[in-house]
Amino acid sequence: MSSAELVVTTAEEQAEAVETAGIVRGNLRFFLNELRLVFFRRRNQLLLVVVALFPLLIGIGLKVSAPGNGRGGGGGGPGSSAAFFNQLAGNGVFLTFIALTLLLILVLPLAVSVISGDSVAGEAGYGTLRYLLAVPAGRTRLLIVKYLVIVAFGTAATFIVSVVGLLAGVALFPVGPVTLLSGTTVSLGAGLVRVLLVTLYLCVAMAAVGAIGLAISTFTEHAIGAIAAVMVLIVASEVVDQIPQFASIAPYLPTHWWNMFDSLLRTPVDTPTLEHGLLSFVVYAALFWLIAWARFTSGDVTS
Amino acid sequence: MTETTNAALPSQLTPPGTAELAIKSDALTKRFRGGQLAVDHIDLAVPTGSVYGFLGPNGSGKTTTIRMLLGLAYPTSGSAELLGVPMPARAVNVLSRVGSLVEGPAFYPYLSGWDNLARYDAADRTASARTAKRRIGTALERVGLTAAAKKKYRHYSLGMKQRLAIASGLLRPRDLIILDEPTNGLDPQGTREVRALVRQIAADGITVFVSSHLLAEVEQVCSHVGVMRTGQLVFQGSLPELRRTGAARITVRTPDVAAAAEVFDKLGLAEPAPAPGEEAITAELGDAAPEHVCAELVHAGIAVRGLAVESPSLEDLFVGLTGEGFDVER
Repeated sequence: MSSAELVVTTAEEQAEAVETAGIVRGNLRFFLNELRLVFFRRRNQLLLVVVALFPLLIGIGLKVSAPGNGRGGGGGGPGSSAAFFNQLAGNGVFLTFIALTLLLILVLPLAVSVISGDSVAGEAGYGTLRYLLAVPAGRTRLLIVKYLVIVAFGTAATFIVSVVGLLAGVALFPVGPVTLLSGTTVSLGAGLVRVLLVTLYLCVAMAAVGAIGLAISTFTEHAIGAIAAVMVLIVASEVVDQIPQFASIAPYLPTHWWNMFDSLLRTPVDTPTLEHGLLSFVVYAALFWLIAWARFTSGDVTS
Repeated sequence: MTETTNAALPSQLTPPGTAELAIKSDALTKRFRGGQLAVDHIDLAVPTGSVYGFLGPNGSGKTTTIRMLLGLAYPTSGSAELLGVPMPARAVNVLSRVGSLVEGPAFYPYLSGWDNLARYDAADRTASARTAKRRIGTALERVGLTAAAKKKYRHYSLGMKQRLAIASGLLRPRDLIILDEPTNGLDPQGTREVRALVRQIAADGITVFVSSHLLAEVEQVCSHVGVMRTGQLVFQGSLPELRRTGAARITVRTPDVAAAAEVFDKLGLAEPAPAPGEEAITAELGDAAPEHVCAELVHAGIAVRGLAVESPSLEDLFVGLTGEGFDVER
């Protein structure tokens, strides 16, 4: 706010100008307010509780149904997922990987879809969007804050799965040095670092989902429609990814690199695959954030 | 009302750059994607310090105009300025000095009144967090919602919602308040409350731009009016100017209607017509003095039982400008 532009300047206004917060503090305040709005909303809290319940239930279910070793059946997908199941009886840390693998199919992307699909469309539906812009929040600034909070929520949800999975695993199964997928065994501490890295990798994956949701959210004022659209997109991508005939386009699908987190569970770590994955996530995030920006800054707000 | 407003066209008013006009638009036009011309080359001139009633039936383009003024919608052509700052190009520079209520209140139903105001205040990059509490408290007090501050918005009555929306417009010292249909859906008491608030705001020297489809609701508080009809600004000026556009009529009660008609004719009064329901005759007064007409009638030996001069009410003028009944012109 440049005070030179104030044509009519009252004493009160000057006082206000003096106490005007710095730009950084103003932006931080808006971000924290948005964070509160999302994380304190009952619906979203419930969503996180549901997300937290899954690893717990999966852990209890596997404990109850696994009398001994070598039962890889119960829902374990192909490849590494089955390997996790086999390892679980020997080491509770693997519950985290099982939970992440299973929740990646639907629950985690759903949680991120709800927040991101609702982000702009929800505000438009309530009519609060026009007031935010009249405040003025600034269109680009609003979109940045919205996206940062979506990323924060995706990160929180992913970490909840990891942490609850880990705690449940430790409580229900024996814990010790971690035998990686490549057969080498690392110390428990090193194993936990791998858990952290896997979680961070998936946080980036969820950030990409968040950008897709944000973009779709700018095209409608029906939050439910936006949320459903994101989910349809994710499930479609997962289905196409399973069809061998589409193998040539598979690496370009938004979901293709999610399960590649198992690259972190090998020695040496399969860095090229991880880099591909991260690149895919970042490109998706940037592309869809820009789509959201192009749409949001050029369109009329009619809600 | 410090401004003289005998010039209704913006071109005749102040040069650009000065903010003697709180709102100024130049051939502002909005055509919807369907091709419908919602706002058709309107030249608004809202003097600083005025209370400007923006009138017109529903669907006449008022809200679309307000959306363009606030930078929510982009004009198809033409330009607009708020407080001398071009919109929407530099919206961020000026909107923190403008409070607004657009198309009804809109808040988060799951937040309290207080938290809702805190939300909008936090979104304002120039608002200080340090003074937020005081400012929110003052704004709520001003609209009489202090007691309901902690109540969830979804439990508010319609009137309370409307008042909360006005409170959000008062969170910071403003130079201009834009209120779109602030009395919509309110009961008479709510309407009176809003009217009193508008008066208070104006008394603080803030320019108020208030839209309504009912002249009666703003007539008592406005100094200026603009009248919209199917996207066009069909009148703009001060209330006295609007009154002057109406022709006064003289009505004479007499048993000798025919003879009185002859006198009217002799005096050159236009449009003589028998007044309905009684022995009386009416005509446009024009430039004639009523006392002169009376003297002439008496001189002609006509029994004058009563004589009245009536100017059309503002409502009549308003209806004349906007058309009556359903808005079927588009």
